[in-house]
This record gives sequence, C-alpha cells and structure tokens, in this order.
Amino acid sequence: MASVSGEVTSVLQPASQNARLARRRSRFIREKAIESVLFLAALVSVFTTLGIVYILVAESVVFFEQVSLWDFLTDNQWTPLFDDAHFGILVLLSGTLTSSAVALIIAIPLGTVIAIYLSEFAPFSIREIAKPFLELLGGVPTIIYGYFALLFVTPLLQWFYPALPGFNLLSAGIVMGIMIIPYVASISEDAMRAVPMNLREGSYAMGATRFQTATRVVVPAAISGIASAYILGISRAVGETMILAVAAGMQPNLTFNPLEPAATITAFIVQVALGDLPHGSIGYQTIFAAGLTLMLFTLACNIAGHMLRKSFREAY
Amino acid sequence: MPNARDLVAIRALIASHKRWDMLFGVVGLVALMIGVLTFVALFADMAIDGIPRLNWDFLTSFPSRKPAQAGILSAWVGTALVMLVTAFFAVPLGVAAGLYLEEYAPKNWMTDIIEINITNLAGVPSIVYGLLALGLFVYQFGLGHSVLAAGLTLALLILPVVIVATREAIRSIPQGIREGAYALGGTQWQVCKDHIIPYSMPGILTGVIIGMARAIGETAPIITIGALTFIAFLPAPPLKLEPPFVSFDWLFSGFTVMPIQMFNWTSRPEAAFLQNAAAAGFVLVIMTLAMNGFAIYLRYRLRKNIKW
Repeated sequence: MASVSGEVTSVLQPASQNARLARRRSRFIREKAIESVLFLAALVSVFTTLGIVYILVAESVVFFEQVSLWDFLTDNQWTPLFDDAHFGILVLLSGTLTSSAVALIIAIPLGTVIAIYLSEFAPFSIREIAKPFLELLGGVPTIIYGYFALLFVTPLLQWFYPALPGFNLLSAGIVMGIMIIPYVASISEDAMRAVPMNLREGSYAMGATRFQTATRVVVPAAISGIASAYILGISRAVGETMILAVAAGMQPNLTFNPLEPAATITAFIVQVALGDLPHGSIGYQTIFAAGLTLMLFTLACNIAGHMLRKSFREAY
Repeated sequence: MPNARDLVAIRALIASHKRWDMLFGVVGLVALMIGVLTFVALFADMAIDGIPRLNWDFLTSFPSRKPAQAGILSAWVGTALVMLVTAFFAVPLGVAAGLYLEEYAPKNWMTDIIEINITNLAGVPSIVYGLLALGLFVYQFGLGHSVLAAGLTLALLILPVVIVATREAIRSIPQGIREGAYALGGTQWQVCKDHIIPYSMPGILTGVIIGMARAIGETAPIITIGALTFIAFLPAPPLKLEPPFVSFDWLFSGFTVMPIQMFNWTSRPEAAFLQNAAAAGFVLVIMTLAMNGFAIYLRYRLRKNIKW
C-alpha cells in the first residue's frame, strides 16, 4: 500500500508508476528479510537443544568406548579419577535420588498447602503480600541456599541429633525442598485459579464448606496443572547443584540414608570442573556421561509431565 | 420435617465442618510462615555474619590467602562484565524470538517444535548448559575459559525467560491496536517496531530483569566451563587512551564471578573465610533481591496503570 502523497503524485504523473512498484518491491524484500532474521532468532533455542544433545552424546560415545554400558549401570563403585577406575553411576544416582526425595517430602506437601491456602482461603491482602514474597524466595541464588544449609541448618539439626556429620544429604535436601516450594506453590496456585468460578459456586450452593470445595472440587479439577508443578519440582531437585556441592560433601557414597554425606551427579560434575582435568582425558569424558544421565532423567520427567497433563486435562 | 435429634446432629456436623475450615486456614498460614521464616533466617544469618566484614576495602581488594585482606574486587567486576555480555546477546535474541512467535509465526509443525522446545529448555538443569558451553564454546569454538564463553552460556540459559516474558507482554496488547496500525497502511514490521515493541517494553523489561537476576546467581554452569576461583587481576579495561579507544581484550580474559568467589570461601574450613563468604553472599543477596523486587514493583505498576 502506498502512502497518500505517493498516490497523489502517481495520479499526476503516470510515469512514476515504475518508481512506486520498485519501492513496493524493496519494501517487500525488507519485510521478508526482517521476518527471516526474527525466525533465525527463534531457531536459536532449537539449536541450543541440538547443541546440548550433540555435545552430550558425542562426548559420551567416546566415554562408552572405554567403559561398557553394563559396568556403568551395575558397578557399585565410582572412582573415575583413581588408578583402579570404576564407573558405577548408581553411586551418584543414589545421592541424587535420596536428596531429591528429602526435598520433595518437604516441597510437595508445603507447596500444595500454600497453593490451596492462597487460592481458596487467604484474604486478598495476604495473597498480595505472599505471592511477591514467594517469588523473591525463588530468586535467591542457590549458592546462598548452600551456605545456609551448611552453616545454619546442619548445626541446627546437629543440635537435635548430635551424630549427624557436617556434610549430609538431609540438610541439603531440606533446604532444597524449601527452595522448590515457590515453584510448586505458584504453578499449582495458577492451576487452581484457572478453575472456573461456577464450579466453586455449584459446590457452595450444595452446602459444601471451603475445605470441602477446595479438596473435592478445585484440586481434582486442577490436577493436571498441579501434577505438572510436581514434575517441575522433581526436575529442579534432580538438577540442583550448588546446595549439594556445598552441603552434602562430594565423596561418592552408595547410600539411601539421608543422614550420610554423598555426592550427586551434579556435585560430581562441579568437582571435576574445579580440578584441572586435561581436555580429552577419561575424567573429562566422565562428566559428559554423567550429564547425559542427568539429561535423560529430566527428559523422562518432562515427558511424564506432558503425558500426565494430557491424560488428566479437564476441558471447561 | 427433621425432628429435634436430627437438627442437633446436623448442627454438630456443620460445626465440625467449620472447624475443618478453620483448621486448614491455620495450617495454610503456618505453611506460608515456614517459607517466610526461612527467608528471614537466611537473610539474618547472612547479615549477622557478613555485615561486620563489609567495608570499602572488601569491595576494592583482590582475593588473598589472608582472609582479613581478601576482597571481592575481581568477583564483582567479573560479574558485571559477564552480565554485560549476557544482556547483549539474550535481550535482542529473546525479544526477536518472542516477536516472531507471537506476530509472525504461521501455525505449522515448525512453530510447534520451537514452542515445545522453549518449554523443555526452561526445564533443563543449569549445569547441562555448562556442559554444552564446555564442549562447544570452550573447546570447539576455542573461546577458552573466558568472559565471552560465560556470557554466552548465561545468555542461552536465560533466553527462555526473556522469550516467555516477551510473548506474554505482546499477547496482552489488544488486537485493535494492530488493526488500527494496519488500517493506516503500516507494514508488519512497521506495526511491530512502532507499536508492538514499545507497548510491550515494560513487560519485556520485567522479564529481562528477572532473567538477569537469575544469571547473576548462577554458579554451576560457570564453574563447569572452568572459571578460576582465584583471580588476582582485572580483565583489560574496555576503554583505552590511545586509538581506537575501545578494546575487546576483556572478552577473552580469565575471570571469576561473585557466586564462585563465595563458593570458594564457603568450601574452606577457616572461620575467617566463612565470614568472607557471608559478606560476599550478603552483597549477592542484596543484588538479586533488589533486581527481583524492582521487577515485581514494575509489574505491579504496570497492572495498575495500563488499562487498554
């Protein structure tokens, strides 16, 4: 479309028709060029994923040429940097699973209760203060939580249970749980708030109390959103690094007892990265194999969450 | 008609249900308080240990083997430089990607893939980004353990945050604005440049600040790409006295950042270093809280003021 002045001149001078067409063509080209640039920017995220998969798989392939997959999955020792090297990922996985379990035992009940409270019970003023507060809590750097776990929570727990070692999965897990609460609470709350008002009104009209409405109408209706909040919580816990690197100790330990110190997959990667391993050594390759395991684990979580959402989705 | 005995039973039932309501109200408040109290304890713990150590020398000294002389100069300079690189890449890329997905993208499988992919990327643990950067930026691209590699890593990490914030901001602009602009003969890019982007600016800014606050506190990916923990020099200054006056040597310099400095001090047994860690942590917490708080305030103002 030409501008008004262009229209007028073209009426007066038919010879400028060509100039108008040329301008229109150049504008078309410019528009297409801009669209392509924007499209490329959107593609960066796809390339990031491809890059992650490529790097993890390529380096892991080199690793698995030297270590058999069977040993990797079944060996019960993890000593990749020793002369007598063993590569049993179970050792690291046990630390990851134990600390995540502790975190989820804290985060899921508290997060759900907070979400129900904020969505169905809390007066407007409390909600207006609490939501930003939770957001701030979720924005605290994890290294700060690590410091807090090591130097505040662990001494506190030792006060109750003096035999607790200075590094342990329990205090790291508890603090990790508190870190995850805001994520679980805010996503669950969004899901509950999205439940249409007339479902609640129907329930109240039948004489149900707030508690009955919340637990028997709102939560079941929002269950797909709540489930995906839990899944997100799990993948946060599994991928969390600094709290565990600081507070859980970094020695590999095949244990499911949260009172013991243990290394997790993520803490191991940090430990290796802190040392000065030459590029291409087996120790260097090991962190990519560990990273691939972590990635597969969170990917499984994401897919499970996607399927949960699909199968539980209620349409209104 | 219910008789008197039934009435009593019904009243008892109602009373017991109401008690449950009360009880849950209290339980909810207690759960909320656990979160709030933890936050207060964390903040107070860090402040009590750290504030006595905070002074001008602490901000202007390099790390040292002697805890009393150690400072965070190289750490905060490193953080500032890395953030500069991160913002330089993440903001234009994120806004462009968000704009494309909201305004340009056709409904097809390609768009679906991009959207699913962004959702998935937001759930990838940050340390995996560190591994990507170690393999790709540090070794394949040969950037080394540099400010540039770290900035790029964090830019990829916060890209989903910026994209999602941009999309939400754009989506809240009413359709009438676009129709008005197109009716006056604007091309798609003119509509975006003169209307969509300016109107979504506050929303985008909120997302960018939240993303940057996250990037400042990220430790794991930066450790993974091999940032050193003991740095007693500053990267080359970006401005010089002789022509061409600007220098980009700092991009390829070794560096350390605030959270890594704090991690380094936390992992030492001496109490004096732990105090340093608390002081560094306090600075870090204040920085992230200020950024997040500003973003929350901005969003609050936005909701109040803009009524389309």
